[in-house]
Order: sequence, then C-alpha cells, then structure tokens
Amino acid sequence: MSGTYLGMPAFPAAAREAVGNATLRGNLRHATHTIRAKRAKAVSEVSDWAELREAGRRIKDHTLRHLDRYLVQLEESVTAAGGVVHWAADADEANDIVTQLVKMTGESEVVKVKSMATQEIGLNEALEAEGIRAYETDLAELIVQLGKDRPSHILVPAIHRNRGEIRDIFAREMSEWGRPAPEGLTDTPAELAEAARLHLREKFLRAKVGISGANFMVAETGTLVVVESEGNGRMCLTLPETLISVVGIEKIVPAWQDLEVFLQTLPRSSTAERMNPYTSTWTGTTDEDGPRNFHLVLLDNGRTDTLADEVGRQALRCIRCSACLNVCPVYERAGGHAYGSVYPGPIGAILSPQLRGTGSEIDASLPYASSLCGACYEVCPVAIDIPEVLVHLRERVVQGGEVTRAGNKVVLRPAKGHAAERAAMRAARWAFLHPGALRTGQRAASRTRRFHPRSLPGPGRAWSGTRELPPVPAEPFRDWWQRTRGGKDGDR
Amino acid sequence: MNSRERILGRVRRALADAPAEETPLSRDYLREHGQRTAAETVDLLAENLADYRALVHRCGDRELADLIMRLLAERGSRTVLVPPGLPPYWLTASDVTQVHDRAASTAHELDRVDSVVTGCAVAIAETGTLVLDGSPDQGRRRITLVPDHHICVVRVPGQVVSSVPQGLERLDPARPLTWISGPSATSDIELDRVEGVHGPRTLEVILVGEN
Ligand code: SF4
Repeated sequence: MSGTYLGMPAFPAAAREAVGNATLRGNLRHATHTIRAKRAKAVSEVSDWAELREAGRRIKDHTLRHLDRYLVQLEESVTAAGGVVHWAADADEANDIVTQLVKMTGESEVVKVKSMATQEIGLNEALEAEGIRAYETDLAELIVQLGKDRPSHILVPAIHRNRGEIRDIFAREMSEWGRPAPEGLTDTPAELAEAARLHLREKFLRAKVGISGANFMVAETGTLVVVESEGNGRMCLTLPETLISVVGIEKIVPAWQDLEVFLQTLPRSSTAERMNPYTSTWTGTTDEDGPRNFHLVLLDNGRTDTLADEVGRQALRCIRCSACLNVCPVYERAGGHAYGSVYPGPIGAILSPQLRGTGSEIDASLPYASSLCGACYEVCPVAIDIPEVLVHLRERVVQGGEVTRAGNKVVLRPAKGHAAERAAMRAARWAFLHPGALRTGQRAASRTRRFHPRSLPGPGRAWSGTRELPPVPAEPFRDWWQRTRGGKDGDR
Repeated sequence: MNSRERILGRVRRALADAPAEETPLSRDYLREHGQRTAAETVDLLAENLADYRALVHRCGDRELADLIMRLLAERGSRTVLVPPGLPPYWLTASDVTQVHDRAASTAHELDRVDSVVTGCAVAIAETGTLVLDGSPDQGRRRITLVPDHHICVVRVPGQVVSSVPQGLERLDPARPLTWISGPSATSDIELDRVEGVHGPRTLEVILVGEN
C-alpha cells in the first residue's frame, strides 16, 4: 500500500479533531442514518437474505482457499477472450505497468471510473508525475478531486460535503480542469449534477484511454463486472479505445452463476436499492463494440500477506458495499478521514493494518477505532466478523507475533506507543486466569469508587484522553448475582 | 522470478496450512421471491421500473409504431438512433431522421442524436431491470448511453423473468452486457437522488403484449 496520507496523525488524534467539526458531524449523521434506514427496508424485501449472505460468505471463502487455481483460470479465460493480463506485486509495480500502458497509446490524459484499488496505490499521483492527467468521473470523486480533498466514504466519497460547499468548489475550480461551471450556479442538487454532466461530457467524448477497477471477475468466463449508478462507468468502459482495469486479486468469483448472489446482496447493502441503475459486464474485447485493447492488472499489494493470516484473511471477502460504515457509531462521529486510508470505517480498521502492516502509528491505532458493538458484522453481506479481526489485530499490535510481509514471515515486536494498552491487556488476561484475584480486585474497586479519577495517570493518560472512563459500579456483578440469584438456583 | 510466479507462490505459501474445504456450497437461497402468474410478473416489472422513475407504457404489437411515434414527438426528437436489427415496422409511423449505428461514428456524432430506440435481451421483474446484450435489435453499448432519451421495447411476457438468478441463466457471459435499472442517477449530493448525470436522463419502457 502506498503508505499513509502524509503527516496523518494516529486515529485518536485525527478523530478528536474530526469530532469537534460540527458541519462534518452533521453531514455524516444525516447521511449514515438515511442510508441505514433505507438499507434495512431493502434487505427486508428479500426473504432469503440469510441464505444469500451465507452463500456469499462460502463462495468467497472457497475462492480464497483456492485462489492460486482461480487466478490461473482467470488469466487463461481473459487471454482467450482477447485481453492482456499483467501481475503487480505491489503499488509501485502496478503504477509502472499502467503508466507504460498509457504511454504506449501516446495519450496524456485518461478518464477514470471510481475505484478503490487505484486510490489505494496512488495511481493518479503516479500518472501526474509522468505528465498524464487522470480525470475522476464519478460525481463524488469529481467533488473530491476539484476540492483537492480526500474521499471519506467508500460509496459516497464526498459524504462530508454539503451542497453549499459543493457549489463553491465547482464555481471556483471547474475552469482549472476544463469546462467552467455555468454562470450563477446555485446549490440545488439538480443544477450541480447538470454542471458536472457538462463538465465531464467533453472529457468522455474525446477520451482514448479509460481506467477502471472491477467489482467482480469471473474465473470461469473471464468476465469483469462494474456496478455503478451514474453512467460514468459505462462511458469509461465503452467509449475509449483502450481500457485498463486494475483489480485486487481477491475480487474473483469462480463461476458466472455466483454473480446471482452478489448482484442481489451488493446493491441492497450499499445504496439500499433493489438494483443499482447500471451494471456493465465485459469479457475481453468484442469486435466493434467498446475498447479494442483491454488490459487487466492483477494487484497483490498486501493481499497475499492478509491471506496468510488465519483470522484476518476473512477481510478479503469484502465486496466494498460500505454497509459497515453506515452503522458504525465511531465512523459516524469521526468521519472517514480520521482512518488515514482509502478504506475508512470498520472494514478500513481491519483491512488497512493488514495490507500495510502495523508499522506506522496510525495503522497500529486503527484496530482500536471501534467500540466492538458488533453492528458491522450484523449488516455485512459476506458475514465478515469484523470485531473478531479487530481483537485479533489488537493482540498482534500489543503483543507482537509472527506476520507475513511482502511474502516473508517476520516477527512483529510489540508496539511502543501502546504501552498502556499492552499493560491493560496483560492485566486483563492475568485477572481472567485468576478469578479469585479478579473478585477481590473488583470489590476493592467498588468500595473505593468515590475516589476514582476520570482519567488515568501516567502512561494511561493518552488512553483515557479519548475515552470516558466508565464509572465503577457500586457492587461487582459477581456479588450482585450471588446476592440476588445465588440462593435460588443453588448453582455455586 | 517474475511477479506472476511471486504472487502465485505467496498465495500457495499463505494457504499451506489452511484447512481443507469445509462444506460444499449449497445454493439454498430462492430462485425467485414469491409465486406469481406471468401477468403478475409483468405487473411487478412495470411497478418496479416506475418506482425507479422510468416511464412505463403498455400496448399491443399493432399499436407499437404509433406509440413510438407519439413518444418521439412529445420529446420533440428530430433524430433517432437505430440499431441494425430493429424491426423496421417499429418506426414506420415516425417521420424522424434515422441515424444508423455504425462502428465508424464518433462519440460526438452520437451526442448530437436526440433519442435511441432498442429492444432488450431480458427484463427482471423483482428488481425492475432491463438487460441489453448487444444483439442486432440493441446495437452497440454506447448508443444507449450517449443520447439523452432511451426508448426500450420489452416483449411481454416472453422476455420477462422474475428474478436475478433467472435472468443470469438466460444471458451469455461472452457478450458485453448492460443492466439498466431506471435512468442514470446519483445520490452524491446530500443523498438527494438526481436523475441523469451521464447516462440518458429519460428512460421510457414499452411493454408490448400480443394483440
Ligand atoms: S466489510 Fe462487509 S459490510 Fe463492510 S464494506 Fe465489506 S462487505 Fe460491506
């Protein structure tokens, strides 16, 4: 992964700052609550949701279990259909491949469909450095790009901006990039969308190279699938002469029929629609319909390292629906930027530290960016147990241990910045192994609770600075249970 | 070692101690949701299309040419894109200029056309989805994308299925497919839905029954 955004503070610091921003919190709250309610309704329409979710989980697990086989099969079928397959072990290699491919066309600008993979590797910046301008064509990505901003949500990357801010960005910046915003642009969504339509249309119509990701790749047939709403995806996938798709190796499904599961669960989980307005599938190239040259860049960039982790590998099942973001109380208050990665929210908290390692302070802090309430697991259409992975990664950060980095086994040392948590974790473990001591300690704590401070002294201060210390109850739970129920069921 | 070998090697090492497959995949989800007659399935398609703000019309085969003429006239369309295999009688009542779908025509030329008329490969009732597969009555993918007005003709009940699984079954993955559920839309600005950002802003669907 191309590293953290420069100078990104660790999650607690970034989150504290974001929580103080009232506009951001307002925008986010409105957005996440709206999608949340709509999603619940869309899901309740399908009576076999549980079965679809289980099938999704199994298909993805099965694919990951045999990923080598399916990668080879995919390569064969894409090649047979007229595409060219490239393999990229990391971000730099992927960027090099794409840059070379664009240069070979002789073009100096490309149009892009929104894609997490290309954001993850920092493709736009890499192209820029080689004199190639990449235009983001998704409305939200356009807002982000013109606003010299970063995306803050997987699905609606400009969710942190309200209409007034968007109007100002368009009026100020559009002329820098091409067709200026119309005179007297107001902040009604319809007018803003129209301005974007006009601005981008001139780019679509002249574009010779398109760059995309993909939601799914079918090993059996070599088919790629892009799911979208606006039509910008269709523009980029069909008008240019050359199409380059950069896709993470985990996006494979084995068979054409498997799509019937995900094309039901993805739209309902993400935009809460029965079906998204547009889905495009293409298999290599087709004579006189769409691009004449098709390149598929298969991206590893930390995915095989993630695959090597028994507990953590389930994160690779993710279909990027963003449902977990919309239900997360931490995301709702902190916003996407605090996660310091293109993958925000609960999935970001488990995916980024695995793709990038927990070497940096922000990555080491991400597994703590959660209240472990479990809502993310409940909504996940492929049943990723995010809380389980979070706890696993916390342990890894705190205690160190064996992990795979760039294909090699390395031993991670316990993180220094987390001395307090490390101590707390050890204490908790010891206490649970010594129930007698736990009981005594709890009683002592209860008796002295009037004197407890609201923050911790010493190394614990940083920890309690971003958390409310829970008040110690008047009576330990065990004692209360003994007192009120102990005599009745006689189970001592 | 090249990256292909490197990545495949890493995958194999990562999976070295992964447990063998647990249970085989059971597809115990539904093939369709609920029991419906063919007529009810068509009604559901109409309802779901309208819910996503497509304009839905119904007629018999004999009224089709007149209806298409009326829809084009109401929009004030002077030019219409025609895929090569469109049944000619669909447009006999209309006096608009027909523009043929040619590989050589540029995107700018397509952009100057007012409307496009196509058939479809299959329509999915439960989701309100039309699927185009590039057959001769549907033409290249771009012709239903660049013009601002798309009229799609669906033969009912023959081309209608209930569900996504039934739809996929009928489609050929080797063809480029476009699934369309309502007109182009975005919810990127404060989650207010706005129709037509880049694709056609108006989608009209004609459900044609036998007379
Ligand atoms: S983790 Fe699950 S809920 Fe979150 S984005 Fe991925 S698939 Fe969706």
